Amino acid sequence: MNVTEWMPFIVLIPLIAGPICILLPGQRLPWLLAMLSAASALIIAGFTFAEVITNGTLRYAFGNWQPPIGIEYRVDAANAFVALLITGMASIMLAWGKPTVDVEIPERQSSFYALFLLAFAGLLGITLTGDIFNVFVFLEISSLATYALIAHGQDRRALVAAFRYLMMGTVGATFLLIGIGFLYIMTGTLNMMELAERLPALADSRATQVGLAFIVVGFSIKLALFPMHHWLPNAYTYAPSLVTAFLAATATKVALYVLLRFVFTVFAPDYSDAAMPLAIAFAVLAIAGMFAGSWIAIFQKNLKRLLAYSSVAQVGYMVLGASFVTVVGVTASFLHLFNHGLIKGALFMAAGIVFHQIGSARLEDMRGLGRVMPWTLTGFALAGLSLIGIPPTVGFVSKWYLISAAIDAGQTWIVVLILISSLLAVVYIAKLIELFWMQPRPADSPVVQEASPALLIPLWLMVFANFYFGIDTRLTVGGATAAAQAILGVPVGGLP
Amino acid sequence: MNILSFFNYWAVILLMMIGYYGMIVCGNMIKKIIGLAIFQTAAFILFISAGKVIGGATPILREGIALYSNPLPHVLILTAIVVGVATTAVGLALTVRIYEAFDTIDDDAIDTLEDDK
Repeated sequence: MNVTEWMPFIVLIPLIAGPICILLPGQRLPWLLAMLSAASALIIAGFTFAEVITNGTLRYAFGNWQPPIGIEYRVDAANAFVALLITGMASIMLAWGKPTVDVEIPERQSSFYALFLLAFAGLLGITLTGDIFNVFVFLEISSLATYALIAHGQDRRALVAAFRYLMMGTVGATFLLIGIGFLYIMTGTLNMMELAERLPALADSRATQVGLAFIVVGFSIKLALFPMHHWLPNAYTYAPSLVTAFLAATATKVALYVLLRFVFTVFAPDYSDAAMPLAIAFAVLAIAGMFAGSWIAIFQKNLKRLLAYSSVAQVGYMVLGASFVTVVGVTASFLHLFNHGLIKGALFMAAGIVFHQIGSARLEDMRGLGRVMPWTLTGFALAGLSLIGIPPTVGFVSKWYLISAAIDAGQTWIVVLILISSLLAVVYIAKLIELFWMQPRPADSPVVQEASPALLIPLWLMVFANFYFGIDTRLTVGGATAAAQAILGVPVGGLP
Repeated sequence: MNILSFFNYWAVILLMMIGYYGMIVCGNMIKKIIGLAIFQTAAFILFISAGKVIGGATPILREGIALYSNPLPHVLILTAIVVGVATTAVGLALTVRIYEAFDTIDDDAIDTLEDDK
């Protein structure tokens, strides 16, 4: 079996399965098709990752039109690593989410799963493609599907959240389109590798710099980098549980990956750094996001909104790693990208189970719930420890590498800031644990039961992964290091 | 080279700012969508203008012509227009649902309705 021939099917399987899914009747068949396509994409992504790590970059020209004429899929360790995360998350979320979807979206599930598959295919397309216009197209495929998925939420405010996300997301995508336009005008190519060759000669051109600025702002909106995170809390709060968990674990990660790909691979790092103080801007915004996100999270009264603001803070950690512009820094960034997918996936799954059982995401309805739903909330608490960064969890590994990168870059004061912002995470996680276990269950509260094993087993699988990858870091650290080297590895001088 | 030789690009900037202004200032969601559409159209004009090669013929292969305009931006924008139409459609569909749910499509009015965060 030739992996290169199979690799494009990671995107094609969900993309083709989406329209088929709409035609399927009932509740079971659409889910089964979505599950099968996610699982087969995961298997191919696994083989691709193994192949890329051992044998290097895979290239596939669509329709056998060689680049620069045709669209090329170019998969190195960075793409393969992110694709593995997305397909893995989609598989486990779908395996987990069926009962919650049955309650939250009782009708027309076939179109819901079709949209899910399209969003999934779009994210994978952004990840694997080597053509910048193709990035825009897949970004819009996944975004449009995501707006519709968020609007499926039961609360009517989900519609407003989806509308506002549509506004901001489309502005971001159009900014990207403008940036791509500038790059094409200046270089005459859309292929990432050709751009990387031609752009350094144009480093002083104002048009290229403006193009870079448009692209960075466009992706920062999708990434929810502070202060462009405004769409995220409402979208995560009101979307159906499955959608929230999936988006939190994948969507912002893909935006980060593609941002790093543009900044570091397409515009080599020394050039971006020289052309404009991007690294400083990233560092400032990341640190501001780390503090603002965690601080706002402490005062939230809704569990999903609290976790959403925490995500804004965590995006800060990821961007902070990249802002050092070193291999260690970008490794920390990729590592946290993967690990935060595991952490937030588990937390939002637990929040989804609570919502499934008590029909509310408000914290005041969850007092004393830890004694009624011990399995769910113990899982939540363990994932919360991982969010804080207590060994031996993945959160600790992420913070460890981030702090090493900061020390490596000679910026020890950033270490202090990372530790202080971690303390803010301690505050809101401790507040939740206190709420779940220390407070008594109100006497007039409705009777609640522990969730069924169908919901708990995938959650505990994720919690287990949080600990497993905290101890055995070969896959995550190895993959992240290879990804960082791949993304920085283009002919660039001046890298350590 | 005078200012008018960049006429298309001035138009792009003007349209982009009109659209952006409309999106930010208007409370009415339909007007926001109109602003968004204008904003996107400006980006389309930017691409299409860049495809013109001065003195170039229409890009259809035929005898006796050496210089053609660049057709690729047009093709790209064909895709982007489809995306733009889809975005407008999703936006309008959401607006219809919002009207059903809130009895208003004014962003500020909805803000006051959903204060109970």
